Amino acid sequence: MSTKTHVQTKINGETVDFLCEPRQSLLEVLRDVLQMTGSKEGCNDGNCGACTVNMDGRIVDSCLVLGVEAAGSEINTIEGVATSDGLHPIQQAFLENAALQCGICTPGFIVASKALLEAEPNPSEERIRLWLAGNLCRCTGYDKIVRAVMDAAQKMA
Amino acid sequence: MKWIDFANPTTLDEAIRLLSEHGEKARVMAGGTDLIVQLRVSPERIGNADLVIDGKGIPELNEISFSKEEGLTLGASVPCYKIYQNPTIAETYPGLIDSASLIGGIQIQGRASIGGNLCNGTPSADSIPTLIAHNVVCKIVGPGGTREVDVEDFCTGPSRTILEPNELLVSLHFPAPPKGFGARYIRFIPRNEMDIAVAGVGASVQLDEKNSVIKSARVALASVGPTPILVNEATSALVGKSPEDESAISKAGQAAKSAATPINDMRGTVEYRKHLCDVLTRRALNAAITRAKGGTIDVH
Repeated sequence: MSTKTHVQTKINGETVDFLCEPRQSLLEVLRDVLQMTGSKEGCNDGNCGACTVNMDGRIVDSCLVLGVEAAGSEINTIEGVATSDGLHPIQQAFLENAALQCGICTPGFIVASKALLEAEPNPSEERIRLWLAGNLCRCTGYDKIVRAVMDAAQKMA
Repeated sequence: MKWIDFANPTTLDEAIRLLSEHGEKARVMAGGTDLIVQLRVSPERIGNADLVIDGKGIPELNEISFSKEEGLTLGASVPCYKIYQNPTIAETYPGLIDSASLIGGIQIQGRASIGGNLCNGTPSADSIPTLIAHNVVCKIVGPGGTREVDVEDFCTGPSRTILEPNELLVSLHFPAPPKGFGARYIRFIPRNEMDIAVAGVGASVQLDEKNSVIKSARVALASVGPTPILVNEATSALVGKSPEDESAISKAGQAAKSAATPINDMRGTVEYRKHLCDVLTRRALNAAITRAKGGTIDVH
C-alpha cells in the first residue's frame, strides 16, 4: 500500500487537502501537517480533552481519530471560533471570568462548551459539569470555567 | 504510533476477505477509542496489528432498526450518542441508555460504540452487563457465514472473546421488551464521571401482567472477574417471588456477592468489591422493578 493517503476534508468551513500516513491521528495532522496548533496534545489517550474538535456536529478527541477518517467530514477547531469581528462570546466569557491560567486545556474547553451551548442554550450547572467531564484542567479548579460557560450562555441568549 | 495500513470496506464480504487475508494482524475499528490507544501504547497486546479495518463504512454495522415485534437491531459501530439521542431507544430501552451515556465523556460517546465496547472485552466494560441483562444475541459473520451467540458467552477472558481472527461482530439484537420488563445498569466509581467501574451491575426483571410476580430476572456483574459474570443464582432467588419481597432481593444481592471473583488493585479490594456487588445488585434490581412497573428512573 502507498505510504501516504490523500485526504480531502472541510476544516472551519474551508475545503482542505492533505497527505497523511494512516497512523497519524487527526490531532497530529492538524498540528504537524497543517500547522494548526490551537488544538493541544495533553494525554494522547482520550482522557483530557485538550485536543477536542468538532467533527460532523459532535465533539471528539482528535487524538482518537485517524487523520484518514477525516475524509469527507466537516471539522471545526478552535481556530474557527473567533471571527474577524472579534472573540466568540464564550472566549470573552473565559477572559472575563479568569477561566484559564496556563491555557493548555482552554481550546478544548471552548470547543466543547460551544457545542453544548449550540445544542442546549440554557444548560444547568450540573449539565455543564457533566458535559465538560471529558475535559481536564489542572489549574482553575473548574469553578471559574463553569461560571464562564454560564455567563456566556446568558450573553448568547 | 507504529506503522499501520488502513482499509475502509463498504461491504461485509470485503471486510471478511481482508480479515481472512491478514488474520490476527488485522483489527476492526468502530469508534477507535480503545483501538487507537492500544496501537499507540501497547500494540503487542493486540498481536502487533498492522491493518486497521474501519467498520463504519459497512451498512450492516451502522444499522439501528426497531419494531415492537422484532425488537432492536443495533449495528456494532453505532456510536453511543446515536443511541441515547434516538427517542424510540431511549423510551424502550432505558437500561441501554444507562450504559451508553456513561461510557467515557461526551467526546468518547461521539465515537465509541457498544459493539466496540463488547469486542474490546474488558471485564470493566460498562455495556456488557446491560447487554446480558437484556438477553442480547450477537450476530457474527465470518467466511463460513453467520452465527449467533448469546452475549453472556461472548467474553472468554480479559480482552478475549469468542471472535475468530477472520470474524467480525455485525450487530446486537435486543428482544422486544414485553410489558412488565425493566432493566438498569449502575456502577460505582470514586469520581462522578469519566472513570472505570470499581464494580458495576446490570439487572433486569420481567413481571407478570399484575406486576405481582417476577417471571424472570437477570443480574450481571462488571469489574469483579476475568469476564463479565451472569449470576444464575440471583435469577433463582428472584423467579416466582413478589417484586416487593425484600428478602428475595437481598438473596440476589448475596448471590452476586458470592459469584464475584474480583482482584485487589488500585481501584478497590476484593472485600470492598464483593460488598459493592451486593449493594449495587439490590439498587439495580429495585430500579429495574420501578421501570418494569412503568415508573421512571433518571439515567444519571
